[in-house]
Amino acid sequence: MLPLIKQEIVEKKKVLTDEEFIEGLSVAQSLPGAIAINTACFVGRKVRGIAGTLVSVLGASLPSFLIILFIASFFLQYRHLEVVQNFFRGATPAIVALIIGAVVDIGKSALDDWGDLIIAFILFFITLFFNLHPLWIVLIGGMLGVLRRK
Amino acid sequence: MAALPLIEKEVVDTYHWLSNGEFLELVTLSELTPGPIGINSATFTGFKVVGIWGSLVATLAFCLPSIFLVSLIFRSLSYFEENVWVQHFLRGLRPVVIALIGVAAYSLAQKGIKDWFAIMLGIIVFTLVYRKKTNPILLLLLSGVAGLIWYGS
Repeated sequence: MLPLIKQEIVEKKKVLTDEEFIEGLSVAQSLPGAIAINTACFVGRKVRGIAGTLVSVLGASLPSFLIILFIASFFLQYRHLEVVQNFFRGATPAIVALIIGAVVDIGKSALDDWGDLIIAFILFFITLFFNLHPLWIVLIGGMLGVLRRK
Repeated sequence: MAALPLIEKEVVDTYHWLSNGEFLELVTLSELTPGPIGINSATFTGFKVVGIWGSLVATLAFCLPSIFLVSLIFRSLSYFEENVWVQHFLRGLRPVVIALIGVAAYSLAQKGIKDWFAIMLGIIVFTLVYRKKTNPILLLLLSGVAGLIWYGS
């Protein structure tokens, strides 16, 4: 996603230089919320201030909004049909497989020591067994990150 | 994708806006369409519960924190970028992302994989996407068609 945004903003439209684009971006992207939306807010702000933020958020969210609105308006009427249900019964294992694939991929690139891997496992199990709210996991993980590296 | 457990918890468990089945379908539809899963979930859930206005309000509400937070810290971004505490905290989120995506996979598997045919489909898709780098969207559609044929007959 990011290379695409960068290509439009930096190379084609030339509204920001390479450095301007990168500066602060990692922080903006690690704020809560969708990465695409946060990036849009950030780039919009840099180019045109608050108005830029609002316009770019609108631009970034409108396509998904319209697509899902369109799909939902049909889907919710027909979802109970057996054909539709059978399709989704078949698609669900594929979704699970794709998500497990993502876990493996991201795990390989993002975890660089055994400590991280062990923490990931522990967080996984305590979320499941204690039915913890995911926000707690974010806090615990972040605090562990600080404690391990201070 | 790391947001899935959070979305599931609030939308399905806390507020009962979507059933388990509808949540599974939402994740599948999100995977099939471009766009962030947060926007997709907000639009879908808002539409299901209230209609067009619901989807509009939910999607707007999803974007507000981003607008607010980016605007709030915009002037001090370089401070955050160089602050070691912030850096360590953010670095600590890497295992969190893995754990939460793992939880999402587990939860979806528990809800949606109920027989050996489904297990087999899952293994085949995993192998193809991981070893052969087959297009995930194509596999998703083929897997759905396989379900259509198998469960329909």
